[in-house]
Amino acid sequence: MAFEKHRNILDYTLQTLLRRKFKNAGIILVFTFVIFIVGSIVFLSYSLKREARLLFKNSPDIIVQKMRAGRHELIPVTLGNDIMGIAGVSNAGPRYWGYYYDSGAKANYTILGISTFGLENNRMLTGRLPSAHERGVAAIGRGIADVRIIKKDIGSTLYLQDADGKWMDFNIVGIFESDSEILTDDLIVMSEDDFKYLVKMPSGTATDLAVNVYNETEIPTIAGKIKERFPDSRPILRDEIIRTYDAVFSWRSGLIVTLFIGALTAFIILAWDKATGLSAEEKQEIGILKAVGWETSDILEMKFWEGVVVSLTSFLCGIIIAYVHIFFMGAFLFAPALKGWSVIYPDFRLTPFIDFYQIAILLSVTVIPYIASTIIPSWKAAITDPDIVMRG
Amino acid sequence: MERKILRFRRSTIFFIFVSMSFIIITVLYIQSRISISRHHILEKDLVEIVENLSLTDMVLSTDARYTRHPTQADLFSAFQDYPGSIEHFPTGSVIPPPDFSYTGMVMRIE
Repeated sequence: MAFEKHRNILDYTLQTLLRRKFKNAGIILVFTFVIFIVGSIVFLSYSLKREARLLFKNSPDIIVQKMRAGRHELIPVTLGNDIMGIAGVSNAGPRYWGYYYDSGAKANYTILGISTFGLENNRMLTGRLPSAHERGVAAIGRGIADVRIIKKDIGSTLYLQDADGKWMDFNIVGIFESDSEILTDDLIVMSEDDFKYLVKMPSGTATDLAVNVYNETEIPTIAGKIKERFPDSRPILRDEIIRTYDAVFSWRSGLIVTLFIGALTAFIILAWDKATGLSAEEKQEIGILKAVGWETSDILEMKFWEGVVVSLTSFLCGIIIAYVHIFFMGAFLFAPALKGWSVIYPDFRLTPFIDFYQIAILLSVTVIPYIASTIIPSWKAAITDPDIVMRG
Repeated sequence: MERKILRFRRSTIFFIFVSMSFIIITVLYIQSRISISRHHILEKDLVEIVENLSLTDMVLSTDARYTRHPTQADLFSAFQDYPGSIEHFPTGSVIPPPDFSYTGMVMRIE
């Protein structure tokens, strides 16, 4: 019986909402859009952060760059031996990497010179990597193969212009598979010797140094010692790398500012309009309901259901569309902002890591305030004499 | 008479909608768990690439140095013409320059 009473009130509420269907459909649409945008940002940022945390757990503990006049400069390889002298350092090796602008494709590539041979039986690599001193061979990312229209994959030739303007040809011996494109899409991996020759790197220098330490807890201490001993160096900790990805899509920067401010403002205006008072028509309706014998509690229940129907419908639709947008449709709304002027960019096929805590926060900061902003003005009208309410 | 039997109450339609939404959410959750378990299989290979090539950044965009390698960018890379110049890469509004506050350098532009 009690359940039937609540159901009847819900029936009546839905009837009332349908009477003003355009206004309510508008509210649901804006509300759904706000949930969709915030939900998409929550899904995208969390999955990127988790991805960064998982993928970069084995990246070098510390990267040491040399700075001159605030700019990054080539670092002497001998500095690695000095760093090896610091207690707790297990390895300090040079990294050779840089950028290559392809004026034909108008694309930026990342070129990487390696001195170690590895990645055997790796499912992300078809073929192999160049070995330490092998000349004229390279492994490339899928994005480069697409931009340069390399259809045959392995066995094709890639032409790059060296620092003197002469052409160097590289036989492609490996292609990174598309499942790894978030790491490898724009990479050209060649041997250390080829890299040095291509960019005419002065002997005894490297782009930066990768330092590993025995005990992870000592990383900040060792970074401090490096900075102290070599004041012109800039140690970058692995934690900072992960923190940078936290910042890319954080609440206070990036996409939230770019896309969300307009929608948020619209939603605040909407909620403010609801919270500051009822329309004359709504007041009259409450008065009539009171006059025909509805209790104040019934009217509050009706308004509660009104809030629940609007906000829950919007929340459920918004969150489902957000999920589909990010994980099935490759974040097509956000992707252009990220691609910018990039010629090579990966498809955002992200792993759907979901943070239920953030979803619960989203639920509590949108649905609950909306229900409250529906009930409170009605409560004011419901406790007033029906005659006064109907007269306005 | 027949029409009356077929017609659902509005509350029933609402409950059906909410139930359907929860079913869709459950299906999406199951799909996410399947994708995550598949990712864990590939993860070993991806981590091996990172370790072997000493990678530090994801390929999110490739238009500017500091958006390709946000963690490795230098102090000036975001503002290559002069400090405080208006950002000219569209991705700069999404990928901010790194935080250099720990370097203790203070710059005042008047």
